[in-house]
Amino acid sequence: METTWTAGKMAPFRQGMQAGVAIAIGYMPIALTFGLLAKTTGLTFAETVLMSVIVFAGASQYIALSLLSVGTGIFEIIFTTFILNIRHFLMSASLNEKAEADVLWKKALYAFGITDETFSVAAMKEGTVNASYMFGLIMMAYGSWVINSGIGYAVGANLPESLQDSMSVALYAMFIGLLVPALKKQRKTVWLAGLAAVFNSFGTLVFHLSKGWSIVLATLLSAVVVEWLVKEGGNEDE
Amino acid sequence: MRMNNAIVWMIIGMGIVTYLPRMLPLVLLGRVELPPFWQGVLKNVPYAALGALIVPDIFFIQDDIFFGVIGFAAAVITAWFGANVIIVVLAAVAVLSCYSMLI
Repeated sequence: METTWTAGKMAPFRQGMQAGVAIAIGYMPIALTFGLLAKTTGLTFAETVLMSVIVFAGASQYIALSLLSVGTGIFEIIFTTFILNIRHFLMSASLNEKAEADVLWKKALYAFGITDETFSVAAMKEGTVNASYMFGLIMMAYGSWVINSGIGYAVGANLPESLQDSMSVALYAMFIGLLVPALKKQRKTVWLAGLAAVFNSFGTLVFHLSKGWSIVLATLLSAVVVEWLVKEGGNEDE
Repeated sequence: MRMNNAIVWMIIGMGIVTYLPRMLPLVLLGRVELPPFWQGVLKNVPYAALGALIVPDIFFIQDDIFFGVIGFAAAVITAWFGANVIIVVLAAVAVLSCYSMLI
C-alpha cells in the first residue's frame, strides 16, 4: 500500500493527534456543560463518565438527559439515539473509500471514534488515512470528551458565561476551517456544500425533520445530485 | 461507584446503537468494490456533510442570531486567507468574546 504522508515525515499517529487539537478545544465547552447537566438531571458521577466513555456522541447524550428529565422510557431513548446516529452509516461508508486496508480489528476499533468532527477532519486530510492516524485523532477527541465530562460534573461549574457563549461557535468554526480550502480548490465542492446547506435548512426549518434525518437526507441528496450532474454534463470542472 | 441498573442498561443500549452505524460500513465494505457512481457519491459526502453540519445550525447557537452570523463571518474570512484550522477556531471565539463584551 502506498503511503501518502503530506505533512513531511511526521508519523501518522502524531499527525492525527495534531489534527485532533481543534476537536479537543471544540469539545471542551460541550462536554463541560454535559457533565453539569448530567448532575442536575440526577445522574451519578460514575454514570455520567460511563456514558461519555461508552456512547461518545454529543448530541445523543444531551438528548438522553433531556428525555430522562421528562421521564421518557429507556427503550425510546435508545431508539432516538439510533435515529440521530444514522448519519454515521453514511460517514463510515465514505471514510471507507479513503481508508487504507488495515486489519479488520483495527478498523472496527477506530470506527468507535467516528463522530461528525473526527470524520470531517479525517475526510479533509490529503491522501489516505490509516489506523495509526485515526487512533491519534480519536485519542485527542475522546480524551477531551471524557475528561471534560468528568470535570463538568465534579467541578459543577462551567467556563465563565461569556467565554462559554463564545466557545459555542468553536466546532462550527472548525467545520468552516476545514471546508473553505476545499471550496477554493474545486467548484464542485461549492455545489456540494451549498446544496446540502440549503436542503438541511429546508429540512429542519420548513419540514421540521429531526436533526438526525435532516442531515443525512440533505447530505445524501446533495452528494447524489451533484454526482449525477457531473456525470450527465461530462463536466471537467474538477 | 453508585450506579442505577436501568441507567447502565440505557447507556449500554445507546452505546450499541451508536457503535453499529459507525462500524458496519467500515468493516463490511472493506473488501467490496462499489459501482463507480456510488464511489463518486461517497467521495462527495464529506463536502456535503460539512455544508449540512454548518448551516443552518451555526446561526442558532445563541438566541441572538447575530452571534452566529458574526462567528460565521469571522471563521469564513480567516479561513479564506488560508489560516490553519486552529487559528480559525480561536479567531471566531475571540471575535465573539469581543462582541459579547460589547452587548
